[in-house]
Amino acid sequence: MNDLESTKAKSKDKASFEKEDYKYGFHDAEQFIFKAERGLTEEIVRNISKIKNEPQWMTDFRVESYRIFLEKPMPNWGDVKGLNSIDFESIYYYLKPTGGQERSWDDVPEDIKNTFEKLGIPEAEQKFLGGVTAQYESEVVYHSIREDLEKLGVIFTDMDTALREHSDIVKKYFSTIIPPSDNKFAALNSAVWSGGSFIYVPPDTDVAIPLQAYFRINAKNMGQFERTLIITDKNSKVHYIEGCTAPTYSTDSLHSAVVELIAMEGSTIRYSTIQNWSNNVYNLVTKRAVAYENARVEWVDGNIGSKVTMKYPAVYLKGRGAHGEVLSIAYAGKGQHQDAGAKIVHAAPDTTSSILSKSLTKDGGQSTYRGLIKVYKDSINSKSSVKCDALMLDNKSTSLTLPYMEIEEERGVRVQHEATVSKVDDDMLFFMTSRGISEDDAKGMVINGFIEPFTRELPMEYAVELNRLIQLEMQGAIG
Amino acid sequence: MTNETLLLDIENLHAQYVNPHNQNEKINILNGINLKIYKGKKHAIMGPNGSGKSTLSSVIMGHPHYQITQGDIRYYNQQTSKMESITGLLPHERAKKGIFMSFQNPVSVPGLPVTQFLRASLQNIRGKDITVKDFRKELKSNMEALQMNPDLMKRYLNEGFSGGEKKRMEILQLSLLQPRIAILDEIDSGLDIDALRQVSEGINRLVDNERAFILITHYKRLLDYIAPDSVHIIAEGKIIKEGGPELVDILESTGYEEIVKEAKLAS
Ligand SMILES: Nc1ncnc2c1ncn2[C@@H]1O[C@H](COP(=O)(O)OP(=O)(O)O)[C@@H](O)[C@H]1O
Ligand SMILES: [Mg+2]
Repeated sequence: MNDLESTKAKSKDKASFEKEDYKYGFHDAEQFIFKAERGLTEEIVRNISKIKNEPQWMTDFRVESYRIFLEKPMPNWGDVKGLNSIDFESIYYYLKPTGGQERSWDDVPEDIKNTFEKLGIPEAEQKFLGGVTAQYESEVVYHSIREDLEKLGVIFTDMDTALREHSDIVKKYFSTIIPPSDNKFAALNSAVWSGGSFIYVPPDTDVAIPLQAYFRINAKNMGQFERTLIITDKNSKVHYIEGCTAPTYSTDSLHSAVVELIAMEGSTIRYSTIQNWSNNVYNLVTKRAVAYENARVEWVDGNIGSKVTMKYPAVYLKGRGAHGEVLSIAYAGKGQHQDAGAKIVHAAPDTTSSILSKSLTKDGGQSTYRGLIKVYKDSINSKSSVKCDALMLDNKSTSLTLPYMEIEEERGVRVQHEATVSKVDDDMLFFMTSRGISEDDAKGMVINGFIEPFTRELPMEYAVELNRLIQLEMQGAIG
Repeated sequence: MTNETLLLDIENLHAQYVNPHNQNEKINILNGINLKIYKGKKHAIMGPNGSGKSTLSSVIMGHPHYQITQGDIRYYNQQTSKMESITGLLPHERAKKGIFMSFQNPVSVPGLPVTQFLRASLQNIRGKDITVKDFRKELKSNMEALQMNPDLMKRYLNEGFSGGEKKRMEILQLSLLQPRIAILDEIDSGLDIDALRQVSEGINRLVDNERAFILITHYKRLLDYIAPDSVHIIAEGKIIKEGGPELVDILESTGYEEIVKEAKLAS
């Protein structure tokens, strides 16, 4: 795309943005230095690796992954019908935006800056950022790391930089938790991944401030394939936050990330996500963690938008006393399907886990909880509790709970499952409206109350943002 | 009652309950209620269980499950000095006009912080923003007056509250919202002697020449604390007898049955 076209596209986009009711439904001009072809070939895969100047092992890894992707059938777990409607040939697999790595806000191109300002990144940074990894298109263009983090020896960078500057650690752990052979989408991501975050926390280090990244999709039919790897060494602790908003487009976009977490002995990782993809995005993410002895992994996962989301954060409890937690909410409005859940594998004695899943459906939206608890033989005294609460906002919407359990050990093992389904109660609304609150606001309060066990786990800014997003969703369909 | 100002005029009110899941299932509950509520007056409404007291309150407030089939509810409009029908207004619009109803069974909302609810309610009723600081101050003094446990404000709306705590919450809202007309549906039920006294004192502090009260109760004990100006007896969805405070004593000695019988004979 040349400059002139780019300017034209920009003014057109601005105009259409005005009309959008979807809050983050804006997008800026597409300024790309390189734009790959639609569809995927081995040549494109090799090209991606070449443009990035990657070591040979990564090129080989990508090519091998591409072959696996071609061979693998579609997963048979999840929204299979939704998956089969994805047209892999119409997707761009790699785009590189203008500029390169940026450290200071002043250096960020105006276009991109506008986008970030609309998302409120500068304020968030002032408040509690440890560092910002902002993903614009497939490449990280803005990145700052606070000095005290560096002093602690914490590495927090984008995945591409990590591969260049910390290739030994990356090579040691990359794809060890989720190999390309895991599933078709993991293979695809392994072949074409770009961007994502890399964190390494050295032993006995508590990263007190949450580290966060913002991700965006900004081009038509563009797939995003971030790759995130987080390693906490012995007795260290980190909280990583990822928040997403995306512009509204009429054609489908594919987002298929891979996130691998490794929590060494006695360490803690909390990974919080709020995703608000526009409702044409296929969001298919493979998230998996391994927790060693007395380690703790917590996935906090909020899914508001997208057309189809399939996401089942997993924790493999591999060491005695390890603990895994998945706390999630899903909102499904018109034409949306949230197929989310969790997988916990107890593979050592005295391991514990808990899952709390909350879903909201409205205007014919569909939400499915799909969860697996697996307890391997000899994982004695393992305890797990699963709680699924569904709130339906009308009679058109549906909510489904599919809990799977594979228990191979009996000694001291306890697995509990509890599910509730409720509707917004007229008497509740009458009580609230009789105190001067409009019905829409009252509904919003009931919903925010319902997801409160989730929002209270988020930093204040995110909780406020999430409540507001849900309020907007409520109003959007009413007006 | 000639030089008194009418605040609420309920005329030949017929209303039915419509099952929201099956619109064909209707139950007639109010069968021609006539009731006039005056400014600055305390009206007691008494009647046997199931006579339609709570339904009447809900219909005045605009509960969506009840349908008015005949008659009207008119309310004094301060701007125009005229009585105007309110039956077309939504509950929150009625609340903004100064109508308040305390619930026989207040609902709880899991996860909704009490303070957030109270502040939103207050801002809506007053039609302006109230800073957190001002709100806290106002809340604190009102809670102290009602001898409420401050820890309740750290909880979710009525969630896990005892019966007595819920009733105090209702009176707290009454005293914050300062309505022009307060309908209190069995505010005395489930209260022990001390709580009844504190709640009654809270109500009495709000009594003035402008505000009207509708006190729905079964028991004389509430009316010993809050002396009514008039008493209305309801049975089978109709007001069957009206009079002064002396009616309370008559009722206490003869019981509803006698009075209902008497009224039926008279008509
Ligand atoms: N939501 C409802 N569903 C079914 N019946 C109702 C409903 N509300 C009121 N009724 C019926 O209407 C009558 C009056 O009830 P209510 O107004 O609660 O009486 P009170 O408050 O005087 O005890 C009762 O027979 C009751 O069963
Ligand atoms: Mg009643």
